[in-house]
Amino acid sequence: MSEHNEHPEHEHHIVSPVIYMAILLALLVFTGLTVWMSFIDLGEWHIAPGLTLFWNPVVALAIACTKMVLVVLFFMHVKYSTRLTKLTVACGLFTFLALIGMTLTDYFSRAWGRW
Amino acid sequence: MSDSTAISNSAAAEAHQEHPAYQRHHFESVDQQFDATNFAMWLFLLTEVMFFGGLFTAYLIMRNWYYPAFVEASHQLNIGWGTANTAVLILSSFTMAMGVWSAEMRKKGMLLLFLSLTFILGLAFLGIKTIEYHEKWEKHHVPGLHWSDASFLNPASDPEVYKEYHDPPLAADMAGKTEMYFFLYFAMTGMHALHMIIGISILGFMLVRARAGAYTTGHVTYVENFGLYWHFVDIIWIFLFPLLYLISRY
Repeated sequence: MSEHNEHPEHEHHIVSPVIYMAILLALLVFTGLTVWMSFIDLGEWHIAPGLTLFWNPVVALAIACTKMVLVVLFFMHVKYSTRLTKLTVACGLFTFLALIGMTLTDYFSRAWGRW
Repeated sequence: MSDSTAISNSAAAEAHQEHPAYQRHHFESVDQQFDATNFAMWLFLLTEVMFFGGLFTAYLIMRNWYYPAFVEASHQLNIGWGTANTAVLILSSFTMAMGVWSAEMRKKGMLLLFLSLTFILGLAFLGIKTIEYHEKWEKHHVPGLHWSDASFLNPASDPEVYKEYHDPPLAADMAGKTEMYFFLYFAMTGMHALHMIIGISILGFMLVRARAGAYTTGHVTYVENFGLYWHFVDIIWIFLFPLLYLISRY
C-alpha cells in the first residue's frame, strides 16, 4: 500500500496568516462580484418550450459555491486534513446533493393537478 | 477505587510514554485525539447541512411554484444591508481563523484579541439583522403575526421599493404567496441567527477560558472545532445572501 497508510500519523499543520488574508481578500472580492453581477441582466437560455434557464441565479450560485470551497479548504483546513476528514466532507456534500436532486426531480416531474 | 483499577492504571502509565496532560488515555497520541475529535465535529456539521438543506430545498421548490410572488417579496430586502452583513460575517470568519492560528502559536494576547473581534463582529451581524427585522415588522411583513399583503396588491403604495423596481400589482392569490416567501425568509435567517447567538455565547465562554490560558498550552482542539462551527454558519449565510437578496433583480 502507499506510504500514507504506513504512516497514519501526521504533523498538525498550521496554516499561515498570509493564506488567511489572501482567502479573506478573495471572499470579499467574490462578494463584490456577486453583488455587481446581480445588477446586470445576464439574460436567459430557452432550452426547450417551457424550460428556461436564467443566468443570474446560476452565476450567483456558482460564486457562492466558489466561496464555500475557499472557506472549507482553507478556513476549515480541509486541504490540510486527513483523508478521513476529506472523505467525510465529500460524502456529506454528495448525500446533500443526492437528496436535493431526487426531491427536485420528483417535484418537477409529477403530473400536478391531473388526478 | 479498587486495587485492580490502580494496577491497570499504572500499567497504562508505563505503556504510554510521557504525554501532555490534555491527552486522554484512550488515545495513542495527541494527533490521533485531534483527528478523532475533528472527525466527530464534521459529522455534527453534516447533520447541520441536512437540517439547513431541508429549508433550502423548500425555498427552491416554493420559488419555482410561486415565482412572481417570490420575486416581488425579495425586492423588499435591502441589498446594501445584506452586502454589509456578508462582509461582516466573512471578516468574522477571518478573525476566527486567526484565533485558531494564535492558539496554535500559543500567543495568548493575540488569541484574546481575535476571539474578541469575532465576538464583536458576530454582534454587529445580529445588530444589522435586527434593523432589517424591525423594518419587516413596521411594513407588516411578518407572516402570521403582523401581516398585510398591501405592498404586493398595490406596489405603488410602497414608493421607496416601487421607484427601484416598478413591480406590477399581483393578483390576490399570488400576492398571498408572498407570505410564504417571508415565512421562509424568517425561518432561514432566524435559524441562522440562532446559530450565531449560540456561537457568540460559546465565544463568550471561550474568552473567559482563554484569559485563564486554557487554549494556549498546545491543546487547540476546542478552538479549532469551534472555528469549524463558526465557518459553517458563515457558509450558510454565503448561500442565503444570493438566494434571498440578489437573484430576483433579473
